[in-house]
Amino acid sequence: MGAVTSPAPLEIERTESAEEVFAVPEPDVPWVTIVHNDPVNLMSYVTYVFQTYFGYSKDKATKLMMDVHHKGRAVVSSGSREEMERDVQAMHGYGLWATLQQDRK
Amino acid sequence: MPGHFEPLRGGGAAVALDDVEISIIRSLAVQLLELIGPGPGEDAPDDPLAELFAEGPSEPPSDPVLRRLFPDAYTDPEQAPDSPQDAEEKLAHSAEFRRFTENDLRAGKRENALAVVRTLDSLTPGGDGGAILKLTAEESRQWLGSLNDLRLAIGSRLDITDEDDTDDLYRLPDEDPRKPMVMAYLWLGGLQETLVTTLMR
Repeated sequence: MGAVTSPAPLEIERTESAEEVFAVPEPDVPWVTIVHNDPVNLMSYVTYVFQTYFGYSKDKATKLMMDVHHKGRAVVSSGSREEMERDVQAMHGYGLWATLQQDRK
Repeated sequence: MPGHFEPLRGGGAAVALDDVEISIIRSLAVQLLELIGPGPGEDAPDDPLAELFAEGPSEPPSDPVLRRLFPDAYTDPEQAPDSPQDAEEKLAHSAEFRRFTENDLRAGKRENALAVVRTLDSLTPGGDGGAILKLTAEESRQWLGSLNDLRLAIGSRLDITDEDDTDDLYRLPDEDPRKPMVMAYLWLGGLQETLVTTLMR
């Protein structure tokens, strides 16, 4: 009987480590809202929109605006797909060019 | 003060406009309203629920101005899709998003443009035809949104796609047929810039 019980703890340990491995690629990878550069939108207006809609500080809103301006794009929010659809709709309402996508790190 | 919004004490903003400026902004706002079109409920005014349950379009608009005002939500302009299947999926998601948001987005832009027309029509011009336009804080936000839509519309018609295009427009010769539109575009930019400053915290 001793021979039967001894491997049992080993098996439990293996199960735990397997669970940890599977915990990494969760299906609910966050979605992101991306604002794209647009030569028409004023820098001050884009900053105003980020402050007004997202409630970001002037510093954070300005940094995101500069990213859009210089890098051509910036991730402005992240969350569930439904939340990002809401943010994209709001950005379109303000006239900013925004899209959403699942975040690929 | 001409062409510049200034903050009003207690919120809101004011700008002095002459008769030509008033008629230009009004005419551009009316053109924008015509382009955006009536709401879905206006075809069936007897049914109050028609607008509420009407689904929007699933195809992108054919007019480039409207395509810029209502872009695809799932199509990244810089990233090519991973595969034909990925492209198809993104198109389907964009179509569904459009169906459930475009009517509301059009309604919002329509309300903003209507606020512009309404506030201009309520002005009592002085002897020279000019007037001081005074906006409440809420009207300022509506004007801000509509000025941006107007600039996006004109920018799209002028085919402004990068910063260099804007620089070229500054150097257009007087006889260029685009010159009046460019002047309007730059002037509206000044109005929007000073209006946003009055709203910044």
